[in-house]
Amino acid sequence: MATTVWTQRLLEQVRKTRVWRSIFRRGPARTNRTRSLAVFGNLSLHVLPVKVREKSLRVRATYYLGSISFFLFVVLTVTGILLMLYYHPAVPDAYRDMKDLVYVVANGTFLRNLHRLAAQAMVVAVFWHMFHVFYRGGYKPPHEFNWVVGVGLLLVTLFLSYTGYLLPWDQLAFWAITVGTNIIGYVPLLGRPIRFLLLGGHIIGQNALLRFYVLHCVILPLAAVVLIAEHFWRIQKDGGLTVRDDNEREE
Amino acid sequence: MNMAAEDQSKAAEKPETKTPVSRRDFFNEIAGGALAIAGLGAAIVTVTYSSPNVLFEPPTTFRAGPLDDYPVNSVTYLQDQQVYIVRTEKGLWAMSSVCTHLGCITQWKPESNQIACPCHGSKFERDGNVEAGPAPRPLPHFAVRLAADGGLVVDKLETVEETEILKV
Repeated sequence: MATTVWTQRLLEQVRKTRVWRSIFRRGPARTNRTRSLAVFGNLSLHVLPVKVREKSLRVRATYYLGSISFFLFVVLTVTGILLMLYYHPAVPDAYRDMKDLVYVVANGTFLRNLHRLAAQAMVVAVFWHMFHVFYRGGYKPPHEFNWVVGVGLLLVTLFLSYTGYLLPWDQLAFWAITVGTNIIGYVPLLGRPIRFLLLGGHIIGQNALLRFYVLHCVILPLAAVVLIAEHFWRIQKDGGLTVRDDNEREE
Repeated sequence: MNMAAEDQSKAAEKPETKTPVSRRDFFNEIAGGALAIAGLGAAIVTVTYSSPNVLFEPPTTFRAGPLDDYPVNSVTYLQDQQVYIVRTEKGLWAMSSVCTHLGCITQWKPESNQIACPCHGSKFERDGNVEAGPAPRPLPHFAVRLAADGGLVVDKLETVEETEILKV
């Protein structure tokens, strides 16, 4: 008990300092108004709603599937950046680097498997989230635009999964991308040019590996971050989650 | 008469409906148009930039060695080139080993006298025609020539009819 008083007193002192007040320009969030202001005034919190209905916090309202997907995205970003420290997107090196990560690098197996399994889990979570929203009618007005953003996020997730599949540069990767890019080639008129641009040539070689690497590590994650921010912000702007009270009928 | 009356009424209406373009709207449209053109240009430049002009890919024409390497009634797979050299009593032809379905590499199965794809189960005859499976087209045949020294030269960019075989 004494320690709580002591830490509280220390916090009071820190809050009075000029540095603290320059960062958090409002006082402690003790009333609903100052709590709201604290959320509004924070770059990362302001996309989230200030208040949520109690019903929308119940596990059965969402099963936290969106949050789980986002959490997995964060895990994938962190583990992916760490994997990038040992991986060269070059033709003989890529496969060896992947093997080095598994057999030589300290905790490499752990990180690689975490990245791989989190990626698979994210695909599952995103699909489950989508089905859940669909069956709850979450795509209906006023949420229809956020549903479209969500479909964009699903596609980005699948493209991330697909581009990441080539990077180990093993037989599985090579033939999966062979089949996948040939499927793209069947698109009428645009298929062959898109395949050529995606591979940077006619064969799956150095150019294709580098392009998939850039897509996987830069372009698609950036697109995902932008869409995720929009997706979260729209929940708040569209009036919160679609929640159904089991005792009441929905409108 | 009617036409002339209409024309007159149109002419009379015109000065009323015509609103002068304000300076602000004019500049907004000019700027918007310029940005649209610049954006389109940037998109075109990006796409052409991403499309490589020089490719460091394996050459598509290769020498397949002397004719004697390919006995009559044989199918030889050249792994580096992903090409079959088939020789029968009728003659010799070169044929792609890349499945026409989704690009997997097929395999010659001498025991069943057919070419099989491991990915989705397409089966081809020795002359490349589809026997079974999802492959939409027969395996393409490539142009084969005899070089001055008697060796075979295969050009993978030039596909030929399956009737066009090297009579040897």
